[in-house]
Amino acid sequence: MLAFILRRLFQSIIVLLIVGFVAFSMFTFVGDPIDNMLGQERTQADIARLREQLGLDQPFFVQYWNFLGNAIQGNFGISYRQGRPVSEILLERAPATLELAAVSAFFAMLLGISLGVFTAIRRNGMASNVIMTLSLIGVSLPTFLIGILLIYVFSVELNWLPSFGRGAVVDLGWWTTGFLTTSGLQALILPAITLGLYQMTLIMRLVRSEMLEVLRQEYIRFARARGLRERAVNFRHALKNTLVPVITVTGLQLGAIIAFAIITETVFQWPGVGLLFINAIQFVDIPVMAAYLMLISVMFVSINLIVDLLYFAIDPRLRVGKGRGH
Amino acid sequence: MTEGADRHTDATAEKPTPRGRFGRAWDSDFAWKFRHSPVAIVAALVMTVIVLAAIFAPLIAPYDPFDPGSLNLMNGFTPPGEPNAFTGDAFLMGTDDQGRDVFSTILHGLRISLFVGAAAVLFAMVLGVTLGLVAGYTGGWVDTIIMRIADIQLTFPSILVAMLIFGIAKGVTPVEYRDQMAIWVLIFAIGLSDWVQFARVVRGAAMVQAGREYVAAARLIGRSGPSIMLRHILPNVLSPVLVIATISLALAIIAEATLSFLGVGAPPTQPSLGTLIRVGQGFLFSGEWWILFFPAVTLLALALSVNLLGDWLRDALNPRLK
Repeated sequence: MLAFILRRLFQSIIVLLIVGFVAFSMFTFVGDPIDNMLGQERTQADIARLREQLGLDQPFFVQYWNFLGNAIQGNFGISYRQGRPVSEILLERAPATLELAAVSAFFAMLLGISLGVFTAIRRNGMASNVIMTLSLIGVSLPTFLIGILLIYVFSVELNWLPSFGRGAVVDLGWWTTGFLTTSGLQALILPAITLGLYQMTLIMRLVRSEMLEVLRQEYIRFARARGLRERAVNFRHALKNTLVPVITVTGLQLGAIIAFAIITETVFQWPGVGLLFINAIQFVDIPVMAAYLMLISVMFVSINLIVDLLYFAIDPRLRVGKGRGH
Repeated sequence: MTEGADRHTDATAEKPTPRGRFGRAWDSDFAWKFRHSPVAIVAALVMTVIVLAAIFAPLIAPYDPFDPGSLNLMNGFTPPGEPNAFTGDAFLMGTDDQGRDVFSTILHGLRISLFVGAAAVLFAMVLGVTLGLVAGYTGGWVDTIIMRIADIQLTFPSILVAMLIFGIAKGVTPVEYRDQMAIWVLIFAIGLSDWVQFARVVRGAAMVQAGREYVAAARLIGRSGPSIMLRHILPNVLSPVLVIATISLALAIIAEATLSFLGVGAPPTQPSLGTLIRVGQGFLFSGEWWILFFPAVTLLALALSVNLLGDWLRDALNPRLK
């Protein structure tokens, strides 16, 4: 168990070092930072001085080491486009993305699990077939088209919900929240549905197939034979045993939600980190791109690590047997 | 697939009917399954129409959307099917703000979408199959390195990887070539984000094949490693590659549309369907619905038909479902 945790931790650190290397190479190979900082009128002496100041005259690996040290302290340099520290911009934008991601994940899980259970119990019913067909079409639709469709129906035609932005936000010092105002909550609805829909269908299909598998087992028949009510069989016995893979997949999807937020944020002009990243790509703003890359990899790697560890906590079989996760 | 072909040769041996190659193909398991799946037939039909429309776009399109000389600004915002109030010109799917025929831009956009999608999948396939074969056949540290890279890349969603590669490549290309190179950068980015699927499947299959006796025999008669991989192992792992390629094509088309929609893909000078949707979204609130609607429906039809075809192909080629 301990050996497994240590090995996974070691692997995670290697991944982060490699991603850090990619981010660092972006600075070194994409454009010359000196070019970006000094204007047209510069002398060789200016260039040499700045090079020394920035530590660019040092060996490659020393520079890499310094970059990592700075990154760990949250220092990602200054945005080429906005002229402000990248960490400051990221901190300002993070609450919007995290709130959107949290609401989407909650929506996806709640609806995904309940629809999955429903379609599994009534596997041949009309409603189940309709839901399954719709989900198949939903999976093949590009996210941004779903967003545009929702905007068209609920903002343009019905005029019920706002089509862009975050609404009014309340400033809590280091965190801005849209949860406390009506317009903030209204603005959250469409983006959250757009972002969560794909994950919802994924969870639904997974819960359904796992439920169908479990419902065939002997102990379910035995529970029925004992005269337990249908409800108790379905939820207390069947659903509980389907939750292990569901938690794993949901956990892994959490990272995907934050990444796919880029698309949703662009459709709805949601002022989060994803929109920041897209703008950074359009204007080749390397410090912002590198910082986003580092940030999202830390997030992905920790989510993967936590999910792996959760396996042990949830599934007792893994603890007793050979201590191998996969 | 191979199983079906074997059975078929037996059948012809029993009753030697003088049928041509087409007739034999018509009789095969694969074609039989196809003829009995209405979903596959409709999907294939839609896809054929779309591909033909894209190939013959310059012949079908009533206007050349890239020729500024043929544009008349007075024709701007003509609704579909109605004659323009000033010029009296009528357009099947209306015109955009600059008086460009939406139908023609869609046909040309389809070309770019399909070309980028197909080229990206081809690139991913060649890269993935090569690396997968090498990893599976050679084993050892080569295998470890290739599969570790694959694992790391798989940690991130491929659309994110594609965006990042696009961003870096854009930074590397000089400013004056950026628009010209955008299409190729896009192919490179989407292809590079998608090779892992191919590599994993081919590696697994190649490892199984590498232990077979025919491979040992080939090695004994002095065949070189690359020759064994290409001539002996590759033909035996092709069937899953075909399935992944079809599913990848749907994903690549959607990835291209998404990137272009986000403004980090095909430039406005060479608009793909995604770029057209991006442009059309701006007119959603002012009531010119057709500029957005027709490109979106085309993309939907394309994505859905490729997806359904890929699903069907996976089931049809899966020996376990026979």
